[in-house]
Amino acid sequence: MITIVDYGLGNLASIKNMIKKVGGEATISSNLEEIGNASKLILPGVGAFNKGMENISNMGLQSILNKKVLEDRVPILGICLGMQLLTNYSEEGDVKGLGWIDAKTARFRLSSKILKVPHMGWADISINQKQHPIFSGLEDTIRYYFVHSYYVRCKSEKNVLCTAKHEIDFACGIVKDNIIGFQFHPEKSHKFGMTLLKNYIDYC
Amino acid sequence: MRRVRIIPVLTVDGSKLVKTVKFKKPNYLGDPINAIKIFNDKEVDEVVVLDITASKNNKDINFQLVEEMAGECFMPLAYGGGVKTFDHIQKLFSIGVEKVILNSVLETNIDLITKVANHYGAQSTVVALDIKKNIWGTPKVHFRSGKKSSNIKPIDFAQKVESAGAGEILINNIDRDGTFKGLDMELINSIATSVNIPVIACGGAHSIENIKDGIVCGGASAVAAGSLFAYKANNTASILINYPSQEELHKEVFKHLS
Repeated sequence: MITIVDYGLGNLASIKNMIKKVGGEATISSNLEEIGNASKLILPGVGAFNKGMENISNMGLQSILNKKVLEDRVPILGICLGMQLLTNYSEEGDVKGLGWIDAKTARFRLSSKILKVPHMGWADISINQKQHPIFSGLEDTIRYYFVHSYYVRCKSEKNVLCTAKHEIDFACGIVKDNIIGFQFHPEKSHKFGMTLLKNYIDYC
Repeated sequence: MRRVRIIPVLTVDGSKLVKTVKFKKPNYLGDPINAIKIFNDKEVDEVVVLDITASKNNKDINFQLVEEMAGECFMPLAYGGGVKTFDHIQKLFSIGVEKVILNSVLETNIDLITKVANHYGAQSTVVALDIKKNIWGTPKVHFRSGKKSSNIKPIDFAQKVESAGAGEILINNIDRDGTFKGLDMELINSIATSVNIPVIACGGAHSIENIKDGIVCGGASAVAAGSLFAYKANNTASILINYPSQEELHKEVFKHLS
């Protein structure tokens, strides 16, 4: 059973809908016991980084998440803010993150007059780690829906799954062992996203 | 290559899909859920749903329909129409809407923008700027599905909602709605250059080329259209839910962008 961690931010219904559509089963929960029993986790999130960390801490979720992810090595997929929370630190609110992947979350500072922040819309992505099972069966030209004002900078290239461009190239997918994060919204990205979610269910 | 969003707008009246001309004369098009399914197949960028009677008639939001639409939608869904309270907003997000569009409520309560943006993020907080020219040809902001005029200048209002925390502005040009007269580039440009947040231009688009011009000449970040994607060959007697293919979009739009 996949558990979508409800820490009070984000569009959980659409992720649950999409998991169902690709043949999986997911529950939305903030209950420690349910999260403790999960065989796979999704960390969603739309909103501010500091608010996200504050909620995780206030709801007492941090230690169970640490145990599940770092000790039990249960797969976790962070989406959008959920990916950024995997990093050490964010400029948004100047706070620490979960710190599971050696990276930081920085604000877009663009010189362009045309491109805006938030980065909102569809973008083609380049896959750095083609052999990763999450990308099974995907074509070469794939696009995803993004909505974000901050982006993730990894210390090491080996944690970068895929990249996209918004004036600068940035990591839009990150990975470390059982931990995966996507900046874009697979649950709102047509067949491109459905394939990723199906791969997460089947192969990760 | 840069992509821009090209967004079909579905206007609903109760549970019916309709299309207006200048915010009037709703023409019955069919079932909104069916339209969403067609747009899924066509892999559209995003969908905007506007309930055009909810605010005007002080009705409640048809949450059941919105939930059904959001459940079918493989792309982001923005909803507007009758959104008056924070409770409405919480409910909309909980049933799977990505963005809420505020309009009539801002006549009296601009602080709602800040509250929504703080809670759900600016990117989920869209303001619809319904604009109509007065008898002297000066564009003014309207509320309540265009029924309520004001003396507010679009640029002033755009800047005000940006500082209140809105993440995006949807320009809805009432004079051009359903007319196929083309986007009003001057109006779009005046607003797009006065704010830093993305501006979606809507009202009057008659072709993909016109949409491209809305981006390149108008300076919009995205273009939305209702009639263009609801009728075959801009003929209002011939209903056909349509959307350009990726090949067309590349050829007609994306490759012209800097």
